[in-house]
Amino acid sequence: MKFTLNWLKEHLDTTASLDEIVEALTRVGLEVESVEDPAATLKGYITAFVISAAQHPNADRLRVCMVDTGDGNPIQVVCGAPNARTGMKSVFSPPGTFIPGKGITIGVGTIRGVESSGMLCSAFELGLSEDHEGIIDLPADAPVGVAYTDYASINDPVIDVAITPNRADALGIYGIARDLAAAGLGVLKKQAIVPVKGEGSCPVKVKLDFTQDDAHLAPAFALRLVRGVKNGPSPEWMQRRLKAIGLRPINALVDITNYLTFDRNRPLHVFDLKKTQGDLLVRRAKEGETVLALDGREYTLDPSMVVIADDKGVESIAGIMGGEHSGSDEGTTDVLIESALWDPLNVAQTGRKLGINTDARYRFERGVDPEFCVPGLDLATHLVMELCGGTPSELVLAGAIPDTSRVIAFPFAEVKRLTGLELPQTEMKATLIDLGFTVSGTGDVAHVSPPSWRADVEQKADLVEEIVRIAGLDRVQSTPFPREEATIAKPVLTLIQKRTRLAKRALAVRGLVEAVTWSFVSKDDAQAFGGGKPELALANPIASDLSDMRPSLLPGLMRAAQRNADRGLPNVALFEVGQIFRGDQPEDQVIAATALRRAMAKPDGAGRFWSETAQAVDAFDAKADAMALLEALGVPTGGLQIVPGGHPAFHPGRSGVLQFGPKVVIGAFGEIHPRLLEAMDVKGPLVACEIILDALPPPKAKPTKMKPKLVLSEFQPVSRDFAFIVGRDIAAADIVKLAQGADRNLITDVTVFDLYEGKGIPEGQKSVAIAVTLQPMDKTLTDSEIDAVAAKIVADVAKKTGAILRA
Amino acid sequence: MTDLAALEKDTLAAIAAASDEASLETVRVAALGKKGSISDLLKTLGAMTPDERKEKGPAINGLKDRVNEALLSRRTALKDAALDARLATEKVDVSLPVRESGNARGRIHPISQVIDELTAIFADMGFAIAEGPDVETDFYNFTALNFPVGHPAREMHDTFFFNPDANGERKLLRTHTSPVQIRTMMSQKPPIRVITPGRTYRCDSDQTHTPMFHQVEGLVIDKGSHMGHLKWILEEFCKTFFEVDNVKMRFRPSFFPFTEPSAEVDIQCSRKGGEIRFGEGEDWLEILGCGMVHPNVIRNCGLDPNEYQGFAWGMGIDRIAMLKYGMPDLRPFFDADVRWLSHYGFRPLDLPTLAGGLSV
Repeated sequence: MKFTLNWLKEHLDTTASLDEIVEALTRVGLEVESVEDPAATLKGYITAFVISAAQHPNADRLRVCMVDTGDGNPIQVVCGAPNARTGMKSVFSPPGTFIPGKGITIGVGTIRGVESSGMLCSAFELGLSEDHEGIIDLPADAPVGVAYTDYASINDPVIDVAITPNRADALGIYGIARDLAAAGLGVLKKQAIVPVKGEGSCPVKVKLDFTQDDAHLAPAFALRLVRGVKNGPSPEWMQRRLKAIGLRPINALVDITNYLTFDRNRPLHVFDLKKTQGDLLVRRAKEGETVLALDGREYTLDPSMVVIADDKGVESIAGIMGGEHSGSDEGTTDVLIESALWDPLNVAQTGRKLGINTDARYRFERGVDPEFCVPGLDLATHLVMELCGGTPSELVLAGAIPDTSRVIAFPFAEVKRLTGLELPQTEMKATLIDLGFTVSGTGDVAHVSPPSWRADVEQKADLVEEIVRIAGLDRVQSTPFPREEATIAKPVLTLIQKRTRLAKRALAVRGLVEAVTWSFVSKDDAQAFGGGKPELALANPIASDLSDMRPSLLPGLMRAAQRNADRGLPNVALFEVGQIFRGDQPEDQVIAATALRRAMAKPDGAGRFWSETAQAVDAFDAKADAMALLEALGVPTGGLQIVPGGHPAFHPGRSGVLQFGPKVVIGAFGEIHPRLLEAMDVKGPLVACEIILDALPPPKAKPTKMKPKLVLSEFQPVSRDFAFIVGRDIAAADIVKLAQGADRNLITDVTVFDLYEGKGIPEGQKSVAIAVTLQPMDKTLTDSEIDAVAAKIVADVAKKTGAILRA
Repeated sequence: MTDLAALEKDTLAAIAAASDEASLETVRVAALGKKGSISDLLKTLGAMTPDERKEKGPAINGLKDRVNEALLSRRTALKDAALDARLATEKVDVSLPVRESGNARGRIHPISQVIDELTAIFADMGFAIAEGPDVETDFYNFTALNFPVGHPAREMHDTFFFNPDANGERKLLRTHTSPVQIRTMMSQKPPIRVITPGRTYRCDSDQTHTPMFHQVEGLVIDKGSHMGHLKWILEEFCKTFFEVDNVKMRFRPSFFPFTEPSAEVDIQCSRKGGEIRFGEGEDWLEILGCGMVHPNVIRNCGLDPNEYQGFAWGMGIDRIAMLKYGMPDLRPFFDADVRWLSHYGFRPLDLPTLAGGLSV
């Protein structure tokens, strides 16, 4: 919302400076976004007389001008403008002046061997227009040596404020003046609007054609005819103000409506009587009805919209934009002025549907002052009579001005309760009265009636806001806020919050870089990873590749890895810990921790190196990441089962599902399925693991923090190696488990230390070598005891797997 | 005697002439081996008369000792020379680089780091972390937060919607983390102190907006918390978070449907050479919105606004990360470019704590 300082002063009697006003506006909640003060921007520019303009001795296109700025000391200026000539008047910028259009400060220089001080300026150089055809050509009677901003009357600062949606009243300059007056910046100039005495009734009747249920769509519609007007350009002062805030003057009648829109937050509309036919009917539009609006576009309407129609059809879209056919022009002599109330919600919906943004729509959808509907029409009539002459009719009012009066019981103590700020009752009362509220009653609880222009004020807290914003939030004292109990801060994180935090650090420690990727992926990617449910597809995605909520972190990370590879960084290790979506219910959102490695991004180092070139990543790198994560999160892995294959995102032979029994699946790891790589056009090798943190079993609750007693043996452990030849499909983990089971008390560790297939081993078989550690607790083992355990290990493994001990 | 002297001379010469340990051993065997020249002499001692022995014994034994000594010293010299020769061949180029461990590359994203910083600060003030779903209902995201249907404030949110379900209900992606305030107030009895970091979404994309971003809100509900407390919390937070001794803040009245009175907060800063510094300068930078929880919101959560009161605030996590750590643009936050992540990310063990300092 823009306005000029002088325009504001029309309503505010003040001695405050521009800076003080700007500061106060922000302080009361009308945030100043920008101030343009042409007098400051164009400081130094003066009107000047070109005494002579002679051909430059060394340049065909340049002239050497002697310029008089009124002080009797002509200045020599080299000028390249084609229109520079002897005897003209123009605008001069002395050396040291900033040139906004060029972003430079002009100085004294030598141009092709001739000294030049300052410059003669075009409107473009002043930043006033796009016109840089030549220097400004002032009329012959222009005074010389006057500040150009004064001469051109562009010395009125323009202030742009951001108005919050609750403050419709501040969409009129009068309302802004009221706030400033309440804040002590001056006195509001209250002007009584004299009701217009019309001569004769308005010949055009108005009918609000609505069912009772629809009556709220157009509560009131006031109309008056002014006969015998002479329309033409509006006066200079009005045009200047409209232009200053970015509006284009059209003609006096239209300019008056625009002026009052900004002056009083009272949008109006004028019809040329000649161009209308019959009475006006305010109604819902008919399906498919069209109107050519004032912006020159034709709009197709539907019954959700409200229109003003005459016998010919739709003449105006209610509260949004008038029709081209019935608009006023230079030939208008009899003008109908409309001042109406519309339903804010309906105006907003219609405006959105039609894609029309106007100053009227903006105001009606935020709410105009209902009580000002008729006075606004009178004010407009006065202005029309003043600027265009004519004779007004009586007004016709269809519908009725709704009664919005209400009383709020307001304990003054509410201000202290909500803000901690203690203010004298007199000050609080005065603020409310200055803002137009009626305050009655005595004692600690007042009866407060909000003014008709403050539909946003409904209850006590709203009044507290009014009082505090005018008093100034800086007066609210910062008050220490200790913890509820005077104790050392207690832990606050939940298990999943702790695990989420820890998972990130644990994966980063393994050399993975944390990515944060979009929560949405393309439909194809979502479907490829088991998602793509209709309830998780956005109705209005911002882009087609960001259309569906992600069912897994894998597609986002895979694409991220590919982007890095495309930038020349093939060996990347990325992870993300974040939400994935399995449905649209709150419990369907779970936290996944996903780690992905590409190409040669091995933990020991990536890529080629003089000592050893890294191998390509494989399923075991992914498994190692998964196991490290579980270890860091303190999840006991004793009961963890690794089921080969089974996850559709991974290579069936080089992946595994991690589970604690078939009902507690916690994730998977492996090589990304080659078909997925191809479908997504992503290049491998890519390996990954994804663990669902919500699926991890919680730690066992324990009564104390005591760890179990540590029992150490006095006797040396013994190690024995066994090499088995088994079928290729036998899982090494099964051999380990069987060996472990041979003597649960004695055997403390079993590791696989060699795996071999090929020469010397029969086709379809492999050699698996394990080292078994025996830890006696009470005596040293004898050879026969060791042999007995060894024999049992061999027998147990052989029985269940068909293994034979390698010779 | 001259025999002995000659023998000594010859033997010592042979020791000196031995060029390696093998030839030295040959000399030793020739002199001191079972049939060595000196060993033979020693054997003659047994057959001598005591007087003879008295005279010859020391001479022969002296010879043996000197030869032994010469052998030892020669052996040591030869060993040293051999080691020196080996060492000369065992040189490596110590200027060769050692392999960068893959593990050293790990980084924490600035958003995670800042969430951990926020957690450290607010946990100390007694705040818990509350979370809620990203896929929300109109009720939690708007209605309960006092956004009237069709209100312009609702339209300003550029909401992502899902398709209506069988009942005509249309879910949405939360446009702010405020629905978590509602869920918290509805599920937990006051006093309430929570912060709610999380992902939020708006259908908006340009230089400074991304369709997904991160917010953190704070909520306090009890029977006496007022704007003065809110001011203190925000001042303390800003000082601690930005790690400066002083900040100057400006509270401007503003509007949010879910707070009344509402304010926007600016923080004073200087901008020199593209670097923002807090606690100095003349510029104001908008950093957050806040206010007293609107009585309608308290009512919507089943509490009586005449009994319970409190405040809430909200700010962009990505934004405060940018302000503190100087990332110029928002979009790269979500691009997973490892060059950006390595530069702006944090080492995994740089865990922010109040005791050790938030940042290194």
